[in-house]
Amino acid sequence: MNDDYLEIRDLTVEFDGFRAIDGVDLTLLQGQLHFLIGPNGAGKTTLVDAVTGLVPATGLARYRHRDLLATKSHRIVRAGIGRTFQTATVFEGLSVLQNLDIAGGIHRSAWKMVLARRGTPSYVEEALETIGLSHLRDRPAGVLAHGQKQWLEIGMLLVQDARVMLLDEPVAGMSAEEREETGELLRRIGRERTIVVIEHDMDFVRSYADVVTVMHAGKVLAEGSVAEIQADPRVQEVYLGRQAEAGAPETSGAETSGAETSGAETSQEAGHA
Amino acid sequence: MNRLLPLARTWGPLIGIALVAIALLVVAPAVLSPFRLNNLGKYVCWAIAGVGIGLAWGRGGMLVMGQGVFFGLGGYAMAMHLKLEAAMATGGPDAIPDFMVLYGDGTMPGWWEPFRSGAFTLFAIVALPAVAATILGWAIFKRRVKGAYFAILTQALAVAFATLLIATIKQTGGFNGLNQFTLFFGYNLYDPVNKKMIYSIAAAVLVVCLVVVWQLYRSRFGELLVATRDAEERVRFLGHDPANIKLVAFIVAAIMASIGGALFAPITGIISPSDVDATASIFLIAGVALGGRALLLGPALGALAVGYGRTALSESFPDQWTYFLGLLFIVVILFFPSGLGNAWSQVTQRLRPQHQEATR
Repeated sequence: MNDDYLEIRDLTVEFDGFRAIDGVDLTLLQGQLHFLIGPNGAGKTTLVDAVTGLVPATGLARYRHRDLLATKSHRIVRAGIGRTFQTATVFEGLSVLQNLDIAGGIHRSAWKMVLARRGTPSYVEEALETIGLSHLRDRPAGVLAHGQKQWLEIGMLLVQDARVMLLDEPVAGMSAEEREETGELLRRIGRERTIVVIEHDMDFVRSYADVVTVMHAGKVLAEGSVAEIQADPRVQEVYLGRQAEAGAPETSGAETSGAETSGAETSQEAGHA
Repeated sequence: MNRLLPLARTWGPLIGIALVAIALLVVAPAVLSPFRLNNLGKYVCWAIAGVGIGLAWGRGGMLVMGQGVFFGLGGYAMAMHLKLEAAMATGGPDAIPDFMVLYGDGTMPGWWEPFRSGAFTLFAIVALPAVAATILGWAIFKRRVKGAYFAILTQALAVAFATLLIATIKQTGGFNGLNQFTLFFGYNLYDPVNKKMIYSIAAAVLVVCLVVVWQLYRSRFGELLVATRDAEERVRFLGHDPANIKLVAFIVAAIMASIGGALFAPITGIISPSDVDATASIFLIAGVALGGRALLLGPALGALAVGYGRTALSESFPDQWTYFLGLLFIVVILFFPSGLGNAWSQVTQRLRPQHQEATR
């Protein structure tokens, strides 16, 4: 039995009596690209925050027999669960290489920390290769393009040896080409990992999702393959009700409307993330 | 060119430290009068504390406004030993410091006793601030106290420390502090040769401290410390507890301040509450701010400059000198917020087109 999965049972997050997450059950399996979608304020980011120790929650979140709700953020990371944020937060003054190297702290003892870096560790080299930024290794991360910063963040998770990756809108603001590359990258690294992607862009979801969970008002509305989700009348209602003027996500106009919503949510939720 | 750049990055700072070492250890003793050299020794002690502040504040982002406390721990530990040494030289192995007879009942508190030993004193100069900073830092950083709250807290600590010292005249000499030392580990303090030796020790310690922070800055710890300063929450998601990283920098800074204080006592011949209170702590900060807090040599050179400025200005303008110094700080903070050491790069950056803004 493979116990490399993240189990969430009856997870609830309350802010001053308001239930941002209301009794969510989720099982996230290894080797699947798991997408989390839903309208603004559905609680997707809050769910990730709760699992990574940023907001207090009740219920159960377990990974490899470890109770995540009772674990501090940095220990959750060391247990193999990494995350990214909606706005890419790489260290802009450090080079691409340094950014990746600094993420490798879990490979080092405290005494090694007082030594300067000599050469490039093999896990950093591999991550550079995987995210395709080898040619930019000595550039400061601050001058990278938006998409490249997101890849760098994913690379940092690789160096961190994250077995579970929680990615908050990694392709928001990316060009179509960059999205495709990101999708392929996630597929590549997703085989031996558990990857959860919060996403708005329905085209992207359709192309790469193995499992989709739809959240609405803090609850799980539906779960299944892309086809099952699209056929679900409750999902249609939520999305149609919200995006009536822009058109349903299934229609051909979905790409633009998806991009618009994601942009709006990024600015809205940036403060609380 | 491409091969030279990393070389310059590695050896440039070391050459800078070597120049400081030559200036302080070779040039200064040769050209300065004993009085001026002794004054320089005093600035060097502040600079030692300043190097630690550069680490904690410049690289770690912790505005340590109460380094006088640690400066005082080391200073008083050393002064207690010197006081006992002076007493024992005239009154035998059980003699007690003169002020305890003057102000007290002629008995010495038990916690003075171990300071009769020079070895214990040296140990205490490192251990006392380390233990104090660990307890304090643990309580502060684990509770995620930062920014202005941290600064105010440390500042309040300096006030409390000075108040405590003043209130305990029978144990610590009170407002007068501890003075009238005659011997320094057996060496006569009235002999100019010995004064010169103590100066050289202080200058050497400063150079060693610079080498220590140079290694820390280029280490992975240094990178992580800067990362913690700039994005503490992000560091948490690299699997590190930022509190531990800050704690290490805080402890190193405390030890450096303590060593600076310990050398200050024999060089100036006195340590008193006014050397360790809130004002003294701010003077320490001021030197670091002036020189450039995040630079390797900035804090040390800034502290030396402020020390020299204090003496020079107070000699020419006994009443108004603090205003000049205040004005200087206002100008520096307004136009070169990251210190004079950064002035050049700041000016060139301002003249260059702002292409980096877009990526922020």
